[in-house]
Amino acid sequence: MSQDTEKQESVVQPAGIVERLVRDDVDRKRFLKAVGGLGAASFGTFVLAACGSSKSSTTASTAVVGTGTQGTAGSSTTDIAILNYALTLEYLESQFYQKVIASKLFTGKVGALLTNFGGQEDEHVLALHGAVAKMGGTPVAKPEAKFPISNAEQVAQLAYSVENLGAAAYLGQAGNIQSPEVLATALSIHSVEARHASTLGTLVKKPVTPNGAFAIPDDMSTVLAAVKPYIA
Amino acid sequence: MVENTLAHPELAAFEVHGMTRASFMLRGALAAGAVYGTTAVGPFVAQALAQTGGGDAEILNFALTLEYLESAFYTMKGKEVGLSGQAKTYAKEFGMEEEQHVAALTGAIKELGAQPVKKPTFVFPGTNEKSFLALASVLENTGVGAYNGAAPSLKSKQLLGVAGSIVQVEARHAAAIDLLVNRSPTPNGGFDLPLTKTQVLAKAGPLIKS
Repeated sequence: MSQDTEKQESVVQPAGIVERLVRDDVDRKRFLKAVGGLGAASFGTFVLAACGSSKSSTTASTAVVGTGTQGTAGSSTTDIAILNYALTLEYLESQFYQKVIASKLFTGKVGALLTNFGGQEDEHVLALHGAVAKMGGTPVAKPEAKFPISNAEQVAQLAYSVENLGAAAYLGQAGNIQSPEVLATALSIHSVEARHASTLGTLVKKPVTPNGAFAIPDDMSTVLAAVKPYIA
Repeated sequence: MVENTLAHPELAAFEVHGMTRASFMLRGALAAGAVYGTTAVGPFVAQALAQTGGGDAEILNFALTLEYLESAFYTMKGKEVGLSGQAKTYAKEFGMEEEQHVAALTGAIKELGAQPVKKPTFVFPGTNEKSFLALASVLENTGVGAYNGAAPSLKSKQLLGVAGSIVQVEARHAAAIDLLVNRSPTPNGGFDLPLTKTQVLAKAGPLIKS
């Protein structure tokens, strides 16, 4: 694929990139390497960095992403990429709960629960942002989220889906993390997302353990494809 | 082949593979975001990690002990006190899931060529549903902390995946039980801190009879 074609694809059809990620594990590895090293300026470029990132500064993807500092080779690069991936998801969850709270669809005990969950997602954003910076990476910029907020039932169902996805996303990355500190952080957030999912399950009368005794991980391409509709 | 000469190896050392309690607390602090950007923790943790020996089997046997405990609690103690409604439903469902955890961990330990701990006998306090649920909350929340504390020490990434898969379910259990007793489903707030072996045994140890 020529660089011009990549640029064409990148700029005109960002959706295509996500679909490619879903299909192509080689792209995913390159994507991880690119994001970890360059620190994308926005979620859009975060995704676009998957395309042709191994080339030099004349490539379209570098022009889009910018020439940020190349991360140190080795474990911190992929850990930074994973943290930025998690940060992206937390940014989306944080905005989701902000919209839910602003909608005033939930009051009383449930309203308080969801407000707490939103606050916890905000804490996750802060921690992950700080973790990326501490490792010398560039934290991904906040993506603009769009979530349908129609009625209480619909929103609760959506929250259940989103939290289950978040838990699966963290579980999917546990084995990829190099640093024990980053792993400890990821695990401490992972179980909280699981608590959120379980809580929403009780609210919408769906299983608190939808996969039974063993939770199932989702890989990065699956998760990114699933959240794509929620990014403006 | 690891020979299990101790009756309760999980009660032996307070250190897990050379990990000191301090380093676990440090990880807890990191997880809480308390020290980001403020402390040079790299060298300290690196030194602690350098002492790591082998021993995924030991970690899994520790987990297996806790799973035996939870399984026995839900199935046997639940029946003994008599449960109804949602408490009864959860005890049945969660008990089955803990039993599956027992089976998985037993199999994993054998695959490592090690000896799984024998099922201990337990003694659970309480005589009614209320005390049952209160203890369920303690056990599940302790389980989350135990797995989060021990998992980073696992050598095998595959076993880490198994531990992660299990801890997520324990966290789901914990939240459901906590909600049922009108407690916060996130008792640790945004970050579930890892527990040391010592902290876990402080909660679980008294329940292990032999």
